[in-house]
Amino acid sequence: MLVKGMSARDEASETGGEGTTRPSRPRPKVRLRMINAKVSRGSALFLGGLPFLFVAIVYLIASAQRLAVNPSDKLLPSPAQMWSAFLDLATVPDRRSGDLILWVDTYASLLRLFAGVGVATFAALSLGIAIGFIPRVRAFLLPFVTVVCVIPPLALLPILFIALGLGETAKITLIAVGVAPVMVRDIANRVMELPSELVAKAQTLGGNSWTMVLRLVLPQVMPRLITCVRLALGPAWLFLIAAEAIASTEGLGYRIFLVRRYLSMDVILPYVAWITLLAVITDWLLVRLSQAMSPWAHPLEAR
Amino acid sequence: MSRIVVHGLEKSYGDARVLERVNVTAEAGEFLSLVGASGCGKSTFLRILLGQEQQSSGVVIVGDGPIVPEPTPQRGIVFQRYSVFPHLTAMQNLLLVEDFRSGGPFGRVFGARRRKARQEAEAMLARVGLAHARDLYPASLSGGMQQRLAIAQTLLGRPQILLLDEPFGALDPGIRVEMHDLLTELWTEHGMTVVMVTHDIGEAFKLGTRVLVFDKVRHDPQFPSAYGATITYDLRLDRKTRASSHHLAKVAAMVGTTRPETAMATTAS
Repeated sequence: MLVKGMSARDEASETGGEGTTRPSRPRPKVRLRMINAKVSRGSALFLGGLPFLFVAIVYLIASAQRLAVNPSDKLLPSPAQMWSAFLDLATVPDRRSGDLILWVDTYASLLRLFAGVGVATFAALSLGIAIGFIPRVRAFLLPFVTVVCVIPPLALLPILFIALGLGETAKITLIAVGVAPVMVRDIANRVMELPSELVAKAQTLGGNSWTMVLRLVLPQVMPRLITCVRLALGPAWLFLIAAEAIASTEGLGYRIFLVRRYLSMDVILPYVAWITLLAVITDWLLVRLSQAMSPWAHPLEAR
Repeated sequence: MSRIVVHGLEKSYGDARVLERVNVTAEAGEFLSLVGASGCGKSTFLRILLGQEQQSSGVVIVGDGPIVPEPTPQRGIVFQRYSVFPHLTAMQNLLLVEDFRSGGPFGRVFGARRRKARQEAEAMLARVGLAHARDLYPASLSGGMQQRLAIAQTLLGRPQILLLDEPFGALDPGIRVEMHDLLTELWTEHGMTVVMVTHDIGEAFKLGTRVLVFDKVRHDPQFPSAYGATITYDLRLDRKTRASSHHLAKVAAMVGTTRPETAMATTAS
């Protein structure tokens, strides 16, 4: 009873799966609207991989063509050249300082990044909750935070270098100042969006302002805070690399801008890929952290 | 357990007057059902009793003194939605009551007191038929289960007055009847004063010992919001009058929303 329009695979799965006792109802193949067509796991993986593959292939072709014309071309190095340059930086101690450059750079950069984002996160949590939850603090600080939000952080960089010197403090401050105001506003908004019913209910159960912060507001904003950090990490990397490019003696951004003078694309490209990898791993860890800390906010993943 | 006296209450938002000349006295242990057309201010009245909003003028006395103008443990509340804390499991929602009440600066009780609170919470969960759902988050509970949890949580707070804002408005009819029985039982056990806002006149007659109708008596066609609603009908029910179709039809006509037959059916259920 093969029905016209029904594929052979559908037929096989329906008769094979449920047995012959239940008459399999033929489902006519319907052409769904684009917005309703579901994507299977396999094809999602394939589709997601396509752009990466496309970029890689375009690069390989372009690189091979240039290298064929001029084997000492520096602009589009081959994967082998990039790998050996990257391996050198990762495993061979620097002749002058004796350091393994990649790891020194990574350590220095991540320390700055996490210190800056950590300070910003703490500010977002404490100020955001205070502004969102306590009307008096909101009246006091919200206009100020709103104004600070629109100052371009990179314009503050010279000021920070002049005021705080060229050391770590200025770089960490730049990252913190750059991402904190937006995070504070976001958390404050989230707190203000808490249903007034929940706040009223907590009060009828005997909560005071402080215990409500601990038991109601803090757990409720935690998923949002982690999302905030994930979004803030993008700008944070930007500020980190900008600060390192201008005044630093080690760091991922410093290295990229240093070797730019020698057109060392074989170092720059792997470094960019390395930074991307670090960012992706951080993001993934934050998602896992959110799932572990607030399972209630991720009902689908928990299932 | 606590009486409510409201005298000359008035509530306006800017120029718009929502409530005016509201006078009512409820004795301890009464069950007041508030009905009225949508937007007539009965929910506003409830929020004033809760302390979430303040009256523009007039006197509200709850228990022994004037109402405290913020929500307190004296008055418990169950809303139609957002009544339980989504970040806590059913059990944790109930434990939170003791945590808030005597948890000190950490908002958490420890040791023997926690064990006692846990026992109390277990008993309450069993009482409202949620023992099997103790470790589920509210998102995975049905609407009826969430409301049962909300009522259990509120009752653990041992309020003198229980305020209900359309607590069963979002539930299926079958579940609603179940909830009516549960609420009646709990009210009989605990004996607190209950004020319930409802759209369902049948529910109002079935559960309440007294039905109050909110409506506007004065109309200004040039400026519709010039006058607010007040209590236009105050009916005390006893066993005999409870299901009287005469009263039901009268109130249904005043509210102008529900058909009397459906209301009769609910009352009889």
